[in-house]
Amino acid sequence: MFYGIDIPSRLMLGTAGYPSPAILREAIAASGAGVITVSLRREGGEGAAFREILRASGCRILPNTAGCHTAREAVTTAQMAREVFGTSWIKLEVIGHADTLQPDPFALVEAARILCAEGFEVFPYATEDLIVGERLIEAGCRVLMPWGAPIGSGQGLRNIEGLRSMRAHFPDVPLVIDAGIGAPSQALQAMEMGFDAVLLNTAVAKALNPVAMAQAFGQAVAAGRIAHKAGLMPPRDMAAPSTPLFGLAELADAL
Amino acid sequence: MQIDLNGHTLTTGATTLKDLIEEQGFDPSSVATALEGTFVPRPMRAATPLTPGARVEVLSPMQGG
Repeated sequence: MFYGIDIPSRLMLGTAGYPSPAILREAIAASGAGVITVSLRREGGEGAAFREILRASGCRILPNTAGCHTAREAVTTAQMAREVFGTSWIKLEVIGHADTLQPDPFALVEAARILCAEGFEVFPYATEDLIVGERLIEAGCRVLMPWGAPIGSGQGLRNIEGLRSMRAHFPDVPLVIDAGIGAPSQALQAMEMGFDAVLLNTAVAKALNPVAMAQAFGQAVAAGRIAHKAGLMPPRDMAAPSTPLFGLAELADAL
Repeated sequence: MQIDLNGHTLTTGATTLKDLIEEQGFDPSSVATALEGTFVPRPMRAATPLTPGARVEVLSPMQGG
């Protein structure tokens, strides 16, 4: 549940960087994503066609504050997004450095506090830092979005143990792995670990065949979710026979 | 008067933000506006006067990750 909304698919898909609007539309459908992310940019006349794709997708819209480097810019962008998209959901990005695209945790918490007080339902793009997570919760966030790896890097889950700690530290907070996912296996791993959703864009948009890759991610996320709910076996150091020893025949063993 | 619209200098006859949106042919219900970097909600556009050199941003939905 994300702010009281149950999303049938736990895949959240970005809409940027596809080869064409038609491929974007097909990729959204093939992924089965329940949520798609969008941005606000200077109106250039192509807005109408894009708005139609959003409407036709039937997905819930999660606007972002991508490109904002200060709390003030992010708050203003969120206010404008709420009016345009008619949703209180906002993916809050406050970027700390243009090269790393790492979130600025101080400005992030500051912006989150302002937006939550204004009635926004904030999805903060953060790291796996537990204290930042706690501050975001105190600010009013009811979802956290730790990165898997830097945006667009495709490195997958770069700090698996840190993410595992975060999952354990916030057992009741919906956690979305946002950014850095490059392959369906990585998305599946995140879901197996108990994360509530995965948000990705580049891995689909820049695939040789984005529509097929969107489908692969949709299936991986679904499989990982089922696997987590089914309960994974604990790993062992030593082998253990899976075939029963009981009833094993006594046969000649010398050649 | 001259204003700055989305980073470009523009000569306009509009005296309010609402007039500017109409003059420039934007769909008023599908864009969001800011004046001097501060959000101006849709109902406030008509009561928001433009002055020479004003910096206006008109934003609309775009692709995003």
